[in-house]
Amino acid sequence: MREIEASKITQEVARLCMEANFELEDDVQKALEKAHETEESPAGKEVLRQIIENSGIARSERMPMCQDTGLTVIFAEVGQDAHITGGGFEEAINEGVRRGYTEGYLRKSVLADPLRGGNTGDNTPAVIHTNIVPGDKLKLWVVPKGGGSENMSRIAMMKPADGIEGIKKFVVENVKAASGNPCPPIIVGIGIGGTFERCAQLAKKALLREVGSKHPDELYAALEKELLEMVNDLGVGPMGLGGRTTALAVHIEAAPRHIASFPVSMNLNCHAARHKYIEL
Amino acid sequence: MADYSLTTPLGDDDVRKLKAGDTVRLTGTIYTARDAAHKRLVDLLAEGKELPIPLEGQIIYYVGPSPTPPGKPIGSAGPTTSYRMDPYAPALLDKGLKGMIGKGARNAAVVEAMKRNTAVYFAATGGAAALISRSITAAEIVAYEDLGAEAIRKLTVRDFPVIVAQDCAGGNVYDEGQKKYAR
Repeated sequence: MREIEASKITQEVARLCMEANFELEDDVQKALEKAHETEESPAGKEVLRQIIENSGIARSERMPMCQDTGLTVIFAEVGQDAHITGGGFEEAINEGVRRGYTEGYLRKSVLADPLRGGNTGDNTPAVIHTNIVPGDKLKLWVVPKGGGSENMSRIAMMKPADGIEGIKKFVVENVKAASGNPCPPIIVGIGIGGTFERCAQLAKKALLREVGSKHPDELYAALEKELLEMVNDLGVGPMGLGGRTTALAVHIEAAPRHIASFPVSMNLNCHAARHKYIEL
Repeated sequence: MADYSLTTPLGDDDVRKLKAGDTVRLTGTIYTARDAAHKRLVDLLAEGKELPIPLEGQIIYYVGPSPTPPGKPIGSAGPTTSYRMDPYAPALLDKGLKGMIGKGARNAAVVEAMKRNTAVYFAATGGAAALISRSITAAEIVAYEDLGAEAIRKLTVRDFPVIVAQDCAGGNVYDEGQKKYAR
């Protein structure tokens, strides 16, 4: 049994909340730079230039790259031989969010009650997805998720007969309808299979993958490639102003499904695709 | 595509010359408001009460900035998505609002109100919030402090970079731009 101090979790979550918002990950940065080189639309190219300049300013001045510093989503893999001591696991994470958002001058965007409102004042609670896995490590992904792209995300309980063609139609129609709203160039996370709630979670998890990486299964890798081309052929372009770069990547996560069900979900991420990872 | 420098408040002549796709640098005073503040403003109008900010010739920027760090006039301050303000915008346009800054397209009711009142909708680059904040030289909360990031702020801006997204004649950069690059 390996012991992990709750205070260590708090400290790392606080740091990662700030870093995620100040420093764009290398994979996203590289994809944006490549898009800036290839983009044909002058307006789209100018948007990409501003985004790249913005990322440099955020990094050097330790300012959030986007004022919407998100609702903090945490994916956690807890080794079954790890023992968290000195406090509760979820409270340790929330305390980290509280500190990170306060110390980093990050925006507090969480309402305590969806109908009554009332800002919690510290961006808690985080949305925490925990899996228990073999081993004695604790793996954490800190994902500040903006509202603009989250609002353009969709789920459909399709018929098995809809098949791959149904998935393509669903993705292309919804990216077109989202237009400039989710701050393109976007990253498209797709969930296929599972139950209603598992499917939505798959799409979110798909956003954690390195931009430009390929699905290990050839069937899904080919579908990702085809969907990326279809989405970019929409011409939505950076910030919806028209252009050849609508998405930087399409990532699919799949799971077993019920024989009667064919759930498909699409979670969009904006170009300020923030995610940090740590292993404790 | 033309490039303009404009000083607030805007008049009908300023707005009429702007065509979808033009780039503009704004200087002067603009006001911030998003969902919650819009609801309060429109409720006040419905009750026939006075608003806490002037509308005549003014520009509203849809933004909820991040907290102001020490030594800066404002935190990061990029645009939020505009369609959420569509239910409220026509009432404000009918009271003299001349411009709005946000991101993403507006609905038909807003377009009609823009035509009717000779008003313009500008887009700023979403997610370029640290860059945009450099063109804001002062910020002051003027109403609804209880709303935090959503409070109404009076911003002093210099060469604030925007593009004309939808103009007062119905021109729309989203439709026109996307058609051009679709295959």
